[in-house]
Amino acid sequence: MKDMRYEHIPAEKFRFVQENEKLSDKELQTKARGFFADAMLRFSKNKSSVIATWILAFMILYAIVAPMLSPYDIQDKDNIYVNYPPFVRSIADKDLGIFQGTRSYSSQSDASMAYWKGIAQETGLDPLLRITGTHETKVMNRGQEVTRSTYDIEVNAYYALGILYRTFTYAEFERIQAWQDETGIQVIFPWVEQSAIQNITDRPNIWYEVDKKGSAILDDDGELIPVYSTNQDLAGAPYHSLRIPGDDGSYAYSVGKANSVQCRILYYNYYRYMNDGQEPTYLMGTNAMGQDIFCGIGIGARFSLLFALLVSAINLTIGAFYGALQGYYGGWVDMLLDRIADVLYDVPFVVVTTLFQLHLASKVGIVPAFLFAFVLTGWIGMASLTRRQFYRFKGQEFVLAARTLGASDRRLMFKHIFPNGIGSIITSCALVIPGVISSETSMTYLGIVDLSSFAGTTIGTLLSQGNAVVTTAPHALLFPSIFLGLLMICFNLFGNGLRDAFNPTTRGIDD
Amino acid sequence: MYMVKYTIQRLVYMLMVFLIITLMCFVLIRMLPLPALPPNDPHTEIIALRREALGYNKPYLEQFWIFIKNVFTGFNWGVSEQLYIGRQVWDVFLEKLPATMIVNLYSILWTIPIGIGLGILAALMKNTWVDYTISTLTMVVISVPSFVYAFLIQYIFCFKLRWFPFVMNGGTDYFTWSMFLSMIPAVLSLSFGVIAGFCRTTRAELTEVLTSEFMLLARTKGLTKAQATVRHALRNCFVVIVPGIFGEFIGILGGSLIIERIFSIPGVGALTLNAINARDYNVFMLSTCFYTAIGLMAGLVVDISYGFIDPRIRMGSKK
Repeated sequence: MKDMRYEHIPAEKFRFVQENEKLSDKELQTKARGFFADAMLRFSKNKSSVIATWILAFMILYAIVAPMLSPYDIQDKDNIYVNYPPFVRSIADKDLGIFQGTRSYSSQSDASMAYWKGIAQETGLDPLLRITGTHETKVMNRGQEVTRSTYDIEVNAYYALGILYRTFTYAEFERIQAWQDETGIQVIFPWVEQSAIQNITDRPNIWYEVDKKGSAILDDDGELIPVYSTNQDLAGAPYHSLRIPGDDGSYAYSVGKANSVQCRILYYNYYRYMNDGQEPTYLMGTNAMGQDIFCGIGIGARFSLLFALLVSAINLTIGAFYGALQGYYGGWVDMLLDRIADVLYDVPFVVVTTLFQLHLASKVGIVPAFLFAFVLTGWIGMASLTRRQFYRFKGQEFVLAARTLGASDRRLMFKHIFPNGIGSIITSCALVIPGVISSETSMTYLGIVDLSSFAGTTIGTLLSQGNAVVTTAPHALLFPSIFLGLLMICFNLFGNGLRDAFNPTTRGIDD
Repeated sequence: MYMVKYTIQRLVYMLMVFLIITLMCFVLIRMLPLPALPPNDPHTEIIALRREALGYNKPYLEQFWIFIKNVFTGFNWGVSEQLYIGRQVWDVFLEKLPATMIVNLYSILWTIPIGIGLGILAALMKNTWVDYTISTLTMVVISVPSFVYAFLIQYIFCFKLRWFPFVMNGGTDYFTWSMFLSMIPAVLSLSFGVIAGFCRTTRAELTEVLTSEFMLLARTKGLTKAQATVRHALRNCFVVIVPGIFGEFIGILGGSLIIERIFSIPGVGALTLNAINARDYNVFMLSTCFYTAIGLMAGLVVDISYGFIDPRIRMGSKK
C-alpha cells in the first residue's frame, strides 16, 4: 500500500530553512585544548608516572646539587679513610644508630676490649658504640676453670682507627703545633717506647702497660697504666704545644729520624688539620679511592645524564634523517639503506666500544670515542621508527595536496609528514635515555671504558669499586646500586607514561 | 617448498652480513699496533714466523682472505699470543664455552615456564590485584639492570646467609653438586630479566587475543571459557612466544659479560674481557665472530620459526 500523504503538497507550503541567515557551525562551548595540553592532561592522570617524574626530578636535582653540597671535591681522596662507612659527627653524637661509621667486630676478647678502652681514654673519642652480644666460655687454665668472655661489638670506624705513626719534616711538625695552639685540638700524642710495651707489638694505639701476650696490665682500680716516654734525648724536635692531661711537661712527643721527626698522631684530628678544621663528614661513606660517595654519585649521575641526553639527541637527529629518506623514497633507496642498517645493527656493542676505544681514544679522547660507539648503532631504532611513520603518512591526501601545490620533497618530508610522527619519536627518546645509561654503566663497570680521569668517577666505576669490597664495606656498593636502580625505574615509568599520553592508541602495550 | 627457499635465502643473507661485519672488525683489529712479544720466549720466533705466513705485511683484504680460508678449510682461528701463548684460540674457546652455556641453560630452563605462567595468570586476571602486582614487578625487574640484582643476591645469599659460595668454582667438573650450588647465584641473577621478559610478552599477547572476535565466536559455539582459552587464545599467543623461546635459546650462548664478571664464571665473557685487557687480538677476533654469529642466528631463528608456525607472517615473502 502506497503512502499517499506526502504527495501533491502544494509548492507554496515549502519554505527555505534559513533563507537570509548565515550558515555556520555553532561555536564550541568548551575551551579548545591543543594536542600537547591534552597529552599533559592524560599524563597527569597516570599516578605512577607522575610519582616517577617527581622522583626523577629529585634525582636530577641531586645530581646537580650534591657535588656542591658535599664538603668534598671528587678529587679529594683520603688515603686512610678508605671504604669507611657513613659518618656525620653531629648525628652520630645523638646516638641514633645511623651515620655513626658503624663497623661490627665479633668475638672480641677482654684484651681487645681494653684496646678499645685505651683508644677512648687516650684520644677522648670513644670508638665503642654498643655491645651487641656477650658469649661466655669456660676454659681450663692450669687446672683451674676460668670463664672467658667474648663480645660482639659495634665500633665507630673513624674513632677506632685511633693513633697512627707519621713522619714529618721539621717545618710540618712546627705547623701542626701552631695549628694545635690555635684550635686547641690535640693532634700529636706522647711517644711510647717499644721497649716499654715489651716489644710485642708496633700498634701505635697501645700506650699502656701490657704483658708478654699483649694484654693490658691494670692497676688496682682497673685502670690502664700509661707508659709514655719521658726520655727527652729521643726528641727529634722541640715540642711546645698542647700536652695531654696528666703530663707534667716531661713527656716526649716525637723521636728523631733522618732529617725528620716521627710521632704518634690522632688521625681523626690530623684529618681536621689537613682539611682546615673540617671533621670527616661522609653522608654515604667513602669508596676504595677515599672519595666521598655522596659526591661521587652526583658526579657520576651528572655524567650519565648529560651523556645519555647527548647520545639520544644525536641518535634522534641521525635516525630521523635516515628514516625519513628511507620512508619517503622507498623502493631501492629504502632497501639499500635498510641493508646498511642491518649490518651495523648486528655488530656486538662490546666489540664496537672496545675497537673505538683502542683506535680513537688516543686521537679524539675517551669520551668522544665512547660517544661514537653509541652513535654507530644507536640511531637504528629511531630510523626504523621514523620510517614506519613516513610509510603511514606519505600516501595520505594532505601530502598529495601539498605535492600538487608544488611542495618540494624536503618540504613534504619535514613540514608535512615529519610533524605527524613527532609524538611517537619524541616519546621513544624518553625510553632511549635509560638504555644508554644502563649500557654506559655496564661498560664503565667492566672497565672497557675508563672515565675516571675525565669525569672523576662514574656510577659504573663506583659499582665496580664497591663490588670488590662487598663483604667489608657493603655501603660502597649499596648507595650507587640504589641510585642506579631507582633512576632506571623512574625513567622507564616516566617514558611509558609519556608514550601513553602522546599515543593513546598504544596504551598498555609495553614495548 | 616455499619455506625451504625462504630459509635458504635468509641463510645466505645472514652469511653475507656475517662476512661483512667480520671483515670490518678484522680490518679494524689488524690496524691496531701489535703488542710486543715476550723476548727469549720459545714461542716468540714461531709466532713471528706465523705472522709472516698469515700475511701481516700484505694488504688487509689479502690478510682477510687468508683468515677466512683458514677458518673455513681447517677451522683454524689462529694462535693466542698473549693469554695462552702458543695455544690454538679455538681450543681455548671451547674450554670456556661450557661454563657460559651451562649457567645460561640452567637459568633459561626454569625461567621460561615461570615467565609464561605468570604472564598467562596476569592476562587471565586482568585488572585485578594479581595482574597489577605482576605487571608492576615485571616493570621494575625489566627497568633495573641485571647486575644490580646480582649484587643483592651476592650480598644476601652468598655473604649474609652463606647459602652459596661467593663466586663460581673453578675447574671443569660441571655436573657435581658443589659446582651446581656455586652456579645458583649467577643463574638467579640471569633469571629475573628472562622471567620478566617472557611474562610481559605473554601478558600483552594474551590480553590482545582474549579480546578478539574469534574468542567470542568460540564461546558462542558452546566452548567453556577454559576450553576457549586453551584451544584458541593460548595457541594464538604462542605464535609470538615460541619464536621468542627459540631466539632466547640461541641468545643465551652469548651470556652476560657483567654477570660472568661478578660471579667469576670462567666463561666466554671472561675470556673476551681478558683478551681485551691483554690485547690478545686473535682471541678477541674469535669472540667478535662468536657474538656476531649468536646475534645473527638468534634473529634468523626467530624469523624462520615465525614463518613455520604462522603462515600469515612470512617476513620478506611479499613486499
